[in-house]
Formats: sequence, structure tokens, C-alpha cells
Amino acid sequence: MSNIFPKVANKVPGWIMLGISLKVLAIVAAIYYYMTPSYTRAGYQPVQPVPFDHSLHVGQVGLDCRYCHSFVDRSEHSNVPSTNTCMNCHEVIQKDSPKLAPVWESHRSGEPIEWVKIHKTPDYVYFNHSVHVNRGISCVHCHGNVDEMEVVWHDKSLSMAFCLECHRNPEQFIRPVEDVYDLKWEPTQEWLETGAAEFVHNYKVLPPESCSGCHR
Amino acid sequence: MIRTILIVYVLIIIATVSILGFRGDKTRKEPLYLFPDMDRQSKFHPQGENPFYDNKMDDRLPVINTIPRGNELELAVVFSEDYSAEDLLNVELQTGRDAAGEWATDFPIDVTRDVIEMGKVKYDIFCAVCHGLAGNGQSVVTSKGLPAANLLLQNFIDQPHGEIYNTIAYGKNLMGAYGDKLSPEERWAVVLYVRALQRANQGTMEDVPDGMKRELGI
Ligand code: HEC
Ligand code: HEC
Ligand code: HEC
Ligand code: HEC
Ligand code: HEC
Ligand code: HEC
Repeated sequence: MSNIFPKVANKVPGWIMLGISLKVLAIVAAIYYYMTPSYTRAGYQPVQPVPFDHSLHVGQVGLDCRYCHSFVDRSEHSNVPSTNTCMNCHEVIQKDSPKLAPVWESHRSGEPIEWVKIHKTPDYVYFNHSVHVNRGISCVHCHGNVDEMEVVWHDKSLSMAFCLECHRNPEQFIRPVEDVYDLKWEPTQEWLETGAAEFVHNYKVLPPESCSGCHR
Repeated sequence: MIRTILIVYVLIIIATVSILGFRGDKTRKEPLYLFPDMDRQSKFHPQGENPFYDNKMDDRLPVINTIPRGNELELAVVFSEDYSAEDLLNVELQTGRDAAGEWATDFPIDVTRDVIEMGKVKYDIFCAVCHGLAGNGQSVVTSKGLPAANLLLQNFIDQPHGEIYNTIAYGKNLMGAYGDKLSPEERWAVVLYVRALQRANQGTMEDVPDGMKRELGI
């Protein structure tokens, strides 16, 4: 009666334990690797209804961000431009291009173009564009080099740690207000040594670090 | 036995990473939220979608035959307690026409250096792409076939201020309207800066102050 289980059966509980812990380890590692806020959205580059190219319009035509995102310095929300804005030029320029067909369609029908939203903070986070750009924080810190992108992607994590990194040391990121929309701007040695700290001091730049600043 | 299990285990990890890619890689797929928490709440966002309306736009246009209280560029004014309609009732400021209905020939705003500087900032953003930084109609856009006017020509120098204001606010022929991007004060500031560009283009040696001549190397 003593030999129902062969001798190897003694090892089975060990193997089961090992198997389970390997699985749990893999799942935890996968969640940490793929699903923490620092990486849930980074890299997202959806297909837009119109193949709109920032590198062409900003880099070659020479448009300023505010020509299209015209509320970025006036309100919390940075708007995506209306069809009218495109029509200012495309009524004439490349008007027969098939790439612009959805723009004409929208122009005729009055229905908006359905751009896919790329950057989205969670709804419990309060974010405001104008306070940042009017205080010398450039688009490039939060959106990457959009002026060189053919198709916009989510470049930075926009997680809480990312926001706080700058809120704790704004003088490492800040620049003169008139250079905010020049994404290629490089700080001079003088600005790094004294200018930035003076700017932060003189204009009383005080980014919130307490929870209620961003979760209101 | 253990070795096979471990090999399979490593293979599965390699397979997952090669299917899902490294984190932060570019992807066309909408990000997945396993733990949605309260990330997406049922509220309407600016420029968002609202199935209630026919064209699904949550942002609505003003109702026809109503008079807006201020405009969307000055929300703080619209909702302020001590709102006064003074600016709104200032016909010249709003329309560029004086009381008699003629194009205004003076400025309904204070003409100061700050206003000209503001006009320059706005001009460089909204006008220079087509009319050129100097106002001479030389730009990438004109080279692609959109005939933006040379603002330094005599007939534009002779135009009353109000007519230029009107072109900015409502557009003219091929030029689109910029009233949705510039508040009335900003439009006047741009008119002022266009005047400054025209004046600068007419400048002669006599206009350069003595002290500045050496600085400019002439
Ligand atoms: C000619 C108009 C135009 C100009 C100029 C322009 N943009 Fe855009 N931008 C758009 C349009 C249209 C979209 C939406 C489609 C897309 O994502 O490509 C967009 C999308 C974006 C997005 C992504 C929005 C989202 O969905 O999260 C960012 C960020 C952005 N722009 C930044 C910039 C910056 C920075 C500049 C200045 C360097 C700039 N844009 C200049 C038209 C413009
Ligand atoms: C200031 C003028 C201007 C504005 C405003 C503008 N564009 Fe353009 N766009 C251009 C120019 C110039 C070109 C290049 C045309 C060429 O290469 O011949 C272009 C090219 C394009 C092309 C490529 C066309 C093709 O067939 O190669 C697309 C698509 C486009 N624009 C979309 C848009 C959209 C969408 C908007 C509105 C958000 C917009 N543009 C606003 C000036 C403008
Ligand atoms: C401090 C960081 C920060 C800076 C600086 C910043 N943005 Fe953003 N931007 C964000 C965040 C966060 C969002 C997502 C907001 C949301 O949830 O709607 C966003 C969203 C956007 C959108 C998409 C809005 C929509 O509803 O589709 C555009 C367009 C945009 N930004 C343009 C700009 C431009 C242009 C600049 C520079 C003038 C700029 N941003 C500077 C953080 C920033
Ligand atoms: C590159 C630097 C930088 C980054 C990144 C940044 N901020 Fe800020 N933020 C600032 C500065 C500087 C101020 C202070 C502005 C002032 O003094 O008025 C500020 C102010 C604020 C305020 C206060 C606004 C008010 O009305 O008082 C909020 C809220 C805020 N940030 C939210 C965020 C969030 C959310 C993020 C992440 C998505 C973020 N910020 C990322 C620099 C940054
Ligand atoms: C600078 C702005 C800022 C400040 C200050 C801030 N947060 Fe956040 N917080 C964020 C942002 C942005 C997110 C969203 C990150 C994401 O999921 O992309 C967030 C997310 C969170 C979350 C949800 C995390 C998750 O993954 O579900 C919690 C909880 C939180 N914050 C708590 C706090 C507490 C507690 C404090 C005060 C010590 C605080 N926050 C201060 C910006 C801020
Ligand atoms: C998208 C290109 C574009 C932009 C941006 C633009 N314009 Fe124009 N503008 C034109 C074109 C094209 C014409 C010629 C209109 C015609 O006669 O068909 C014109 C004509 C004019 C005229 C002469 C109108 C007349 O009486 O014949 C004035 C004045 C003018 N623009 C001022 C401005 C000002 C000020 C701005 C900035 C707020 C501006 N424009 C921005 C394209 C543009």
C-alpha cells in the first residue's frame, strides 16, 4: 500500500511552487514593464484622417505653433485647428491633392475633421497650457521635437514623476518667454549659469508640488 | 525537466516581447488600460464629441440673432462680475467703421510702444507666413501660388485704418478671416504694426537719428 505515488512525486510540490512563482514573476514584470503610467501612452502614433506633416508646415513653410494651436497661450486647452485654418492656404495651394480630400469634405459639409487625440492626461489631473508656455516652458519638454515629426507621436511619458521632475527644478528647463515656440532653441552658457535662476526668482515662478496643485 | 521548463519560459518571454515590442516603441494601436481607475470620466472635454448633436460637436456656435457677451478670446471678461459692455458697444473698435459708417481713419485704442510690440508679435505669427516678415509679400506660401498682397504698395498705404482692420477681421477675396484668432484690440495692434512697416519702408537717411548712424555703420 505504500507505493501509490512513485518517488518523483516528492518533487511535484516543489515544481508547482517553482512554476507558480515563475508565472507570477513574469506577470508582475510584464505589468511593470508595459503598464506603468510612464509607458502606457509613450510611443502612441495613430493614423490621422489627413496625413498632416508638422515638419513641412513648421520647418519649411515657417508656421508658428500659435497660428494653428491658437489658444495655447490663452487657455488651459491647446486647440487643434479648425478646417478654416487649413483652408486659409489650401483653398489655393495643392487644392486637388487627394491627401486633402477630407479637408475639402469637411469644408463643404461643416462637419469637423475627426483628428485622433494623442496626448491625454487622466481626468483627475488638472493641466493648463497657458500657465506653462507664458512662463517660459516650451512645447518641446512635454511633446518632443514636433517641428521635426512627419506624424506626431507621444514622445514623453507625461506621468506624475515626469511632471514633478520639472516642478522641483524649473530652472533646469525654463527659457526666455519669447523663445518658447522655437523648439530648436539651445540655452547659452550665461543663461544656464545665471539667467535661468534669475528668471525663476524675478518672475516668482512657483510650480506646485503639493497634491492639490494638480489634483483639484 | 527543469531545463526544458526554463527554456520554454525564456522562449515565451522572448515571444511576448517580440509581439508586443519594447515599451515606448511607436505603435499605431490605441493604448490599452488594464486598470482604468478613474482615468476616463463621463464628462465632455474641449473640442470633444457629443452624440446629442447632429454634427457631434460639443463646442457650439453662438445662437443666431444673439449678441455675445465679450468673445471666446476673453473668457475671463465674459464671466467677470463687473462686466461692462463698453468695448462691445464701441462700434469703431469692433467693426472698423466710424459712427457715419465710413472706414475709421484714427485708432480706437491707445497708440503706445507696447501696443506696437504686441502688434509685431501677432503679425509675425499670423501674417508673416504669407505677407513676409517685412510685409513685402515674399514668402514660401506666395511661391506656392497663393498671391498674398505686398502690403508696402501705395494703395495699401492710402487705405484707411478701418479697411485694413476689416480685412483682418473678416478676410477679403482669397484671404481668410483672422477674427477667430485675434481679439479686436489685437487686430488694431496689427494694423498699427502694418503702418510701422510701411513707414519703415519709406524711410530715408534723414529719418535715422544722428546717434544711431554710427551704430548702423552708415
Ligand atoms: C498648420 C497648422 C499647425 C501648426 C503650425 C502646428 N500644428 Fe500641431 N497639430 C496640427 C493638427 C491639424 C494636429 C492634429 C493632427 C495630428 O496629430 O497630426 C496637430 C497635433 C499636434 C499635437 C498632438 C495633439 C494630440 O492629439 O495630442 C501636438 C503636441 C502639436 N500638434 C504640437 C505642435 C507644436 C509644438 C507646433 C509648433 C512647433 C505645432 N503643433 C504647429 C496643426 C498644426
Ligand atoms: C500657411 C499656409 C498653410 C496652412 C495654414 C496649411 N498648410 Fe498644408 N501645406 C502648405 C504648403 C505650402 C504645402 C506644400 C505644398 C507643396 O509642397 O507644393 C502644404 C502641404 C500640405 C499637405 C500635403 C499635400 C500633398 O499632396 O503633398 C497636406 C496633407 C496638408 N498640407 C494639410 C494641411 C492641413 C490639414 C492643414 C490645417 C491644419 C494645413 N495643411 C494648413 C501650406 C499650408
Ligand atoms: C508642461 C507640459 C506641456 C507643455 C509645455 C505643452 N503641452 Fe501640450 N499637452 C500637455 C498635456 C499634459 C496634454 C494633454 C492634455 C489633455 O489631457 O487634454 C497636452 C495636449 C496638447 C494638445 C492636444 C489637445 C487636444 O485636445 O487634442 C496639443 C495640440 C498641444 N498639447 C499643443 C502644445 C503646444 C503647441 C505647446 C507649446 C506652445 C504645448 N502643447 C506645450 C502638456 C504640455
Ligand atoms: C518642463 C517643466 C514643467 C513640466 C514638465 C510640467 N510643468 Fe507644470 N508648471 C511648470 C512651471 C514653471 C509652473 C509655474 C508657473 C507659474 O509660476 O505660474 C507650472 C505650474 C503648474 C500648475 C499650476 C497652474 C496654476 O494655475 O497655478 C499646474 C496645475 C501644473 N503645472 C501641472 C502640471 C502637470 C499636470 C504636468 C505634467 C503633465 C506638468 N505641470 C508638467 C513647469 C512644468
Ligand atoms: C505636477 C502635478 C502633480 C502633483 C503635484 C501630484 N500629482 Fe499625482 N498625478 C499627476 C499626473 C499627471 C498623474 C497621471 C499619471 C498617469 O497615469 O499618466 C497623477 C496620478 C496620480 C495617482 C494615480 C496613479 C495611477 O497610476 O493610478 C495618484 C494616486 C496620485 N497621482 C496621487 C498624488 C498625491 C498623493 C500627490 C501629492 C503628494 C500628487 N499626486 C501630486 C500629477 C501630479
Ligand atoms: C494664408 C495666407 C495669408 C495670411 C496668413 C494673411 N494674408 Fe493678407 N492676404 C492674403 C492674400 C492671398 C491676399 C490677396 C487677397 C485678394 O485680393 O485676393 C491678402 C490681402 C491682404 C490685404 C489687402 C486687402 C485688399 O484690400 O486688397 C491686407 C491689408 C492684408 N492681406 C493684411 C493681412 C494681415 C494684417 C494679416 C495678419 C493678420 C494677413 N493679411 C494674413 C493672404 C494672407
